[in-house]
Amino acid sequence: MREEIIVSGRNNYLIDPHLHIWHWQIPLYLFLGGLAAGILFFAAFFTLMGKENKYKAAVRIAPHIVPWILVVGLFALLLDLKHKLYFWRLYTTIRLESPMSWGAWVLMLVTPLSFIWSAIHIKRIFPKWDWKFKILKDLEAFFTKQKKAIAWVMGISSVILGVYTGILFSAFNARPLWNTSILGPLFLASGLSAGAAVIMLLSRKHKERTMFARIDIGIIVVELFLIVHMFMGFLASTQVQINAAELFLGGPWTAPFWIFVVILGMIVPAFLEVLELKKFKIPVVIPATLVLFGSLMLRFLISYAGQESRWLY
Amino acid sequence: MRYAMAIDTKKCVGCSDCVVACQTENNVPIGYCRDWVVEVTDGTYPQLEIEIRSERCNHCDNSPCVRCCPTGASHYEDGGIVLVTPNECIGCGACITSCPYDARYPHPDGYVDKCTFCIHRIKKGLEPACVSACPTKCMYFGDLDDPNSPVSEILKVRKYKTLIPEAGTGPQVYYLI
Repeated sequence: MREEIIVSGRNNYLIDPHLHIWHWQIPLYLFLGGLAAGILFFAAFFTLMGKENKYKAAVRIAPHIVPWILVVGLFALLLDLKHKLYFWRLYTTIRLESPMSWGAWVLMLVTPLSFIWSAIHIKRIFPKWDWKFKILKDLEAFFTKQKKAIAWVMGISSVILGVYTGILFSAFNARPLWNTSILGPLFLASGLSAGAAVIMLLSRKHKERTMFARIDIGIIVVELFLIVHMFMGFLASTQVQINAAELFLGGPWTAPFWIFVVILGMIVPAFLEVLELKKFKIPVVIPATLVLFGSLMLRFLISYAGQESRWLY
Repeated sequence: MRYAMAIDTKKCVGCSDCVVACQTENNVPIGYCRDWVVEVTDGTYPQLEIEIRSERCNHCDNSPCVRCCPTGASHYEDGGIVLVTPNECIGCGACITSCPYDARYPHPDGYVDKCTFCIHRIKKGLEPACVSACPTKCMYFGDLDDPNSPVSEILKVRKYKTLIPEAGTGPQVYYLI
């Protein structure tokens, strides 16, 4: 039998025997970023559609958690940096070719917007909230007046943020599993699905819940379609990409991917949501938690398995 | 000007002198390496072929590491040498992930480190440490734009290959075969 044995003298920490430079911080941050993008997108979308009163949880309640999850996500990102004291270097330059630079600048835009959005809706949660200083009250009045404009910027930047979480991976040609542009729309869809799940959890109105259950089913169908296409693309591609796809098609990551991401994270919650629409009583916490879990697992598995996929030489 | 290196896989015996020379010259932290030796055995026993390669950063023409760096710490120097400026590097690892050769590593001080083609020696008119230390003289270094440089001369007369050119990186370390 013909064999090729490659022996390397290199044994660099975090690089060999296979790359494992990115740990839990990056997938967690990508999950939180996607979730934030999902929630903000729905808030902006239904505001622009003039349906604020119909979808209260989406526009006025759920966005309050976004600043907090973004702060946690950014903290995870900071933990990932190995030269932490120099993090500000991200903001001394704009590099259009670098997805990470895009991400840093989009977050610079989205994070303050999410705080503003939360601030102008804070009285929906704390009716007796008092800003105390006149300047803050003036600012609130100003931003409330500009709500439509904010919603436009927020809607667009949240889509960029959602797509960016996938593009961050797909821009790396060196890791064949990541090198597919499907990851952009897939991660955006996954983020929207997670956002819809959080809105379902927080909504008290049955009508709003069923609306978001419907949206979520639609997004899950799109996700399944994208996953099938991702594997079709890999299998029709070069040897390195076939090998990469095999990590999930019989390789060591097969069971976690298909069980946690596809079955528990997509098919089961979509099925439960269909039952809910058929008037069965399903506690909303079950499908919503499963969707969030699946969305988190998707990031973790793609991140970890991707670092194991490589070129042959 | 385009600096490049050619390494003769027929002459290389895999002694790792280049690795030690680099670690000494560049004060590479213990346990890490900027260059390394790969031994590929291929065939059906007893018809086996062996190829020994001293590998390092390929100082690519189209470097994915420079492209994905969010701060511009990874950059091209004159002559196409790919370098990292330590106090611009945030240690995000994007460049490490983007390199199909895995030629970079996180320095214990936080920034990302890699082969520099010994730019500090080239500026003084010396060869890179690995080239000057090689006991079999299997490495050639110089300017590809200069037809009389050692690397241009040897590439004129020998067959060569680069590592995974299909990755689209335009590697500039040539292996004579």
